[in-house]
Amino acid sequence: MNEALRECAAMIGKELSHLWRARARVAGTAAFALATLLLFSFAGGMNADLLRHNAAGYLWVGLLLASTLSLGESFRVETEHNALEMLLLLPVRPAAIFVGKAVGNLVVLLLVGLLMIPLCVVLFDAAPREGVGKLALTVLLGTASISAPGTMHAALASRARGRDLLLPLLLFPLVVPCVIAAVQASRACFTGDAMGELSSWLAVLVGFCVVHWSLGALLFERVVED
Amino acid sequence: MRRWEIWVGLLGLGMLVFGSYYGLVLAPREQYMGDVQRIMYVHVPTAWNTLLCFTASFVGAVGWLWTRSWKWDHLIESTIITGLVTGSLLAVQGAIWAKPTWGVWWTWDPRLTSVAVMVLSFLGILALRSFVDDPIKRATWSATAAVLAWVNIPFVYLCVRWMASLHQTQSTPKTVDPAMVFPLRVNAFAVLFIVIFFVATGWRIARELRKRELAE
Amino acid sequence: MPPAIATTEVGRRFAGRWALRGASFEVAAGQTVLVQGPNGAGKTTLLRVLASALEPTVGAVLLHGQSAISQRARVGLLSHADGHYDDLSGVDNLLVAARLGRVTGGVDVVLERVGLSSRAGDLVRTYSAGMRKRLAFARLLLKAPDLVFLDEPYAALDTEGQLLVDALLAELRAGGATVMVSTHQVARVAPRCDAALVVENGRVTSAAPPAVTVGGNERVSRIPAPGGAP
Repeated sequence: MNEALRECAAMIGKELSHLWRARARVAGTAAFALATLLLFSFAGGMNADLLRHNAAGYLWVGLLLASTLSLGESFRVETEHNALEMLLLLPVRPAAIFVGKAVGNLVVLLLVGLLMIPLCVVLFDAAPREGVGKLALTVLLGTASISAPGTMHAALASRARGRDLLLPLLLFPLVVPCVIAAVQASRACFTGDAMGELSSWLAVLVGFCVVHWSLGALLFERVVED
Repeated sequence: MRRWEIWVGLLGLGMLVFGSYYGLVLAPREQYMGDVQRIMYVHVPTAWNTLLCFTASFVGAVGWLWTRSWKWDHLIESTIITGLVTGSLLAVQGAIWAKPTWGVWWTWDPRLTSVAVMVLSFLGILALRSFVDDPIKRATWSATAAVLAWVNIPFVYLCVRWMASLHQTQSTPKTVDPAMVFPLRVNAFAVLFIVIFFVATGWRIARELRKRELAE
Repeated sequence: MPPAIATTEVGRRFAGRWALRGASFEVAAGQTVLVQGPNGAGKTTLLRVLASALEPTVGAVLLHGQSAISQRARVGLLSHADGHYDDLSGVDNLLVAARLGRVTGGVDVVLERVGLSSRAGDLVRTYSAGMRKRLAFARLLLKAPDLVFLDEPYAALDTEGQLLVDALLAELRAGGATVMVSTHQVARVAPRCDAALVVENGRVTSAAPPAVTVGGNERVSRIPAPGGAP
């Protein structure tokens, strides 16, 4: 068990240092997400009330679209020269590879999400009334919910034909519940949690994370072993 | 014995004709919704059987991951395709019911929306199957994806329900007139038998396809 | 003591065809075995299955009497896909492998050994094919495996690099490692081998267990080199 945790920690370290080296690509993903926010404001017809009300939705749809780029990228580097096989033969246990990749993806999405918040405030006049802390917690849980199934399906799609098509096709329906919960929770943060629903939505996200992180660690081996 | 499913299918078809006639003509008219409600006699059985199909895919997925026996992969393939057909029918029926009842083709009713998400999830898995050439990888990957998609169904349902909790409660035989229960039961088994016919035929087709793929 | 490598009826299928089938042979510990055969014969598949990079579709591979996957820590595989990260420098690639593979130290030593010290800090994306190969060798040496599978070790290397491979082969052999080398440079490698396998059309055609397990250099020279080796 101790050994497994040590391997996870080493994989996370490898992912984070790799992200730092390839930070230009992370910045590119962030720029993409911010650009989607701009597009949403045009799609929303520049109606101030509507934009404020929909800010939470734009935040998460933008983040989800950006996630397909960063998730795909995170496995492109593993499959390009078959580094994934190199890792398996070191040997690193597949569950540790999953945890490392998923945490790496979580960090990218979390950074992008946190960057998008101030832009939401500026563009949509959506001030976080419930405090920045609760909104940050929502972004953390929401991105953790996207990154676990995202990592599974990115691993899968990266080794099939038509991977760029396949990843969103598999991922989008799967993350519907976490998009709903994250949007509702963020909206409660933006517009005030009058109904006291924030904690319920966050609980849904926690449940989603528990299920998908466990399933990922359990099933990843089946996806990556040739 | 080799073609037992044809008889099951014909039985289902006969029961569907009988049950639907009973439901459309003999069963009492519903108090508030009127004749529109009669679509329930196909809609509810379709819903039950769609869920059953995708649950069978999940069973097949676990079976394949556990035993690596091809019969489970045949089951995944045939139940996903059958489930997609009944699921699409279900969404269309739901829309037909929604239009006169709520005045719109689509409502964000938890059940209707969950079905739409479920159909999309398994449609993605079918796409995945067509994108992977190696039969073993195809089976393993689609089984993994099917496990994730199936486990997700309660989350989808719960979230949509919480988000839009303004629709009627579930129709089960307990909340309706006994004279409505009878055709509902008949049709539930009718659709079940028809689904069994399609799943069994699909299973056979999948087995032949794999046999050809795995031949020299 | 069980043989270092033992296979029984091992086969591997890809989408439409068997890349390898019915492979049954044994290799005793400490032997160096040459794997020969024309392009597309299944040499790469054979080595990857033995190294547990590919799961056999049928049959079983035992390494030192145990399942191949359980022996990964002592296996070294040099294959066409080198497993490097383009965005990391050469030395960082080795550090990643060292940390994840529980190896302490030696990174500088192996870089020196493969002649990459001066370019170790550069990003791998700037490396030539030959340098990438040298880096892959460095990673293999870092792990110090005792079961080594080398797929075309001479490919892409300059004269000096090829001499390096010769020296490394001799070193591995002297160190008691079991080595399987697939190469078209038969004349070059044969003198350093105890035995040879010929793979043709997905089948291991000449590998009677005695020839492999007790073979000496003279047996290798009797196996005809395909298409007249240099």
